[in-house]
Amino acid sequence: MTHWLIAPILIPLLGGILQVFMGYAPIGLRRTLAIATTVLMLVSAVVLLVLASDDSYRIYGFGNWQPPFGIVLVLDRLAALMLVLTAILGLFCHIYASGGADEGNRQFHTLFLFQLMGLNIAFLTGDLFNLFVAFEVLLIASYGLLMHGGGTARTVPGLHYVVLNLVGSALFLIGVGMIYSATGTLNMADLAVKIPQVSGSNVNLVKAGGMMLLVVFGLKAAILPLCFWLPKAYAKATAPVAALFAVMTKVGIYAIVRVFPLIFGEGAGELANLGMDWLFPLALITLSMGVIGALGANNLKTLVAWQVIISVGTLLAPIALGSVAGLSAALFYLVSTTWTVAALFLVSELVASQRGLAADNIVPAPKMHYRTFLSVLFLIGAVAAAGLPPLSGFFGKLLILQSVEPGVEMAWLWGVLMVGSFITLIAYSRAGSIVFWRNVDGYVESPGPINNKMAISTGILTCLTMVIVVLAEPLSDYTRATAEQLYDNHGYINILQTPVHVPQNPIVGEIN
Amino acid sequence: MELLFALVIGALTASGVYLLLRARTFPVVMGLTLLSYGVNLFLFATGRLATGQQPVIGTSASYSDPLPQALVLTAIVIGFAMTAFLVVLALRNLADNENDHVDGQHENTSPTSEEQEQEVTSK
Repeated sequence: MTHWLIAPILIPLLGGILQVFMGYAPIGLRRTLAIATTVLMLVSAVVLLVLASDDSYRIYGFGNWQPPFGIVLVLDRLAALMLVLTAILGLFCHIYASGGADEGNRQFHTLFLFQLMGLNIAFLTGDLFNLFVAFEVLLIASYGLLMHGGGTARTVPGLHYVVLNLVGSALFLIGVGMIYSATGTLNMADLAVKIPQVSGSNVNLVKAGGMMLLVVFGLKAAILPLCFWLPKAYAKATAPVAALFAVMTKVGIYAIVRVFPLIFGEGAGELANLGMDWLFPLALITLSMGVIGALGANNLKTLVAWQVIISVGTLLAPIALGSVAGLSAALFYLVSTTWTVAALFLVSELVASQRGLAADNIVPAPKMHYRTFLSVLFLIGAVAAAGLPPLSGFFGKLLILQSVEPGVEMAWLWGVLMVGSFITLIAYSRAGSIVFWRNVDGYVESPGPINNKMAISTGILTCLTMVIVVLAEPLSDYTRATAEQLYDNHGYINILQTPVHVPQNPIVGEIN
Repeated sequence: MELLFALVIGALTASGVYLLLRARTFPVVMGLTLLSYGVNLFLFATGRLATGQQPVIGTSASYSDPLPQALVLTAIVIGFAMTAFLVVLALRNLADNENDHVDGQHENTSPTSEEQEQEVTSK
């Protein structure tokens, strides 16, 4: 049993607790320590990625309880990928925030680190109830972060976000309760064994519970009937927070990918592929809805917030079809789109800071400062998000299109995705040309400062899309192996047989 | 006992959902509280209802399932914290918008809210 598994949870936890007591310390010290914590977390995530790439499952049983008893962390390729994705995103958002956005709330860094901890627990846990707890940890931190910076404009979307998520939590508990009452376990590996054996009237109970979980994950992921809270909340949040939230919808997608192929996979008998025939049309409608929203957005941040919804639809459509190639393509696109959307949030905030009263509204305004730098970043982000050839968004979408087998689904997916991408392109062209090219006479009074931290973190996060292009082959090999690992659930079930390591003769060893 | 228990859960959930759909934050908070009571009772019932059975092996002829009780405890603690946060947020909403409508609007003056929003963002 390797202790590295607990590191991505412990590091932000300890760093966050330290920040709680440092509320009155000099802000420079707080920032340095907070960013050091995030860097350490990234290091531990990379170590786990290296560990996970040998295709084996590693478990960490708290208190050395043998699964299915006790709380267990499970590391596989998917968990490691999500950890690294989040850690890199978190690091750059954190650097951006320490450029000035963290002022006004002494506990910003605490909340930020606890948010990262909640995300990491969600990615590592091997237990359905623990997943609920992880959701609550990351949600309560996100409630605080969403309000950060204050302003009346953030109260109402924040209230909606909190109430919706509390209802989501209630549904999650009901779903978990239904599954528990029929199977007597909540350990995911054990559920994968028990659910195919469920019979009689319990089948419907588990089916209802599973669908309930799908609704909750759909709420987190912002699938269509449950997505209207997102644009307002994200558009009103501070940029680094909105950028970090780019990964929050991906947690919902992660939960779907983790729970459904494993527990309700091909081998689940009567319950095989539960909910997936609902997911495909909903994903396509979500995609269309996102495109319409993006076209109608009247400021840059709202446009990017709708891009989050577009990417959710794009990701879930191939996942719902349930092929290895589709899941692999979706994971590739997930990495690309998360970083791109986050970068676009940061660029929008920088643009807003340079335009005075016009802010990030898509209206003509006096010529802004740093126009070349900002417009190039926006161009890169928009090209990657719309999915034009040289950048990673294109490769992600191409892989998704290639993964579908000919048939009705192919026609729908190709049609919606291609037309959607085209309209997204129009939305970005319109926004970019009005914001950057159409200038009116006059000058902006007192533009906000752009310091090095903001510029560098935004720049690097934007350029990650090019890094993905360079590393496209290793990344797609990795996502393919991940998808194969996910659809073969024997490996995951085997963790029940893997003995949790018990240390031998510890006392003698320590004395010597 | 099962019937009574089911009726209580049903009544709590139904009232919770009804209150949740109201337009003021206070009923919404009450609704969420009732809903979480209903959920907690439901979770408790997933370990099967029984009387006179302790959740400890060996103390009585048969024992009841201890896990749902642990789950309920966790859910109660989390629900309590979330409700407290929500109350604070609702008060903040009341202070910011001078009423406790969930959309932060006065009933009859909806057109102005857009302008107010513009002013706030531009400041």
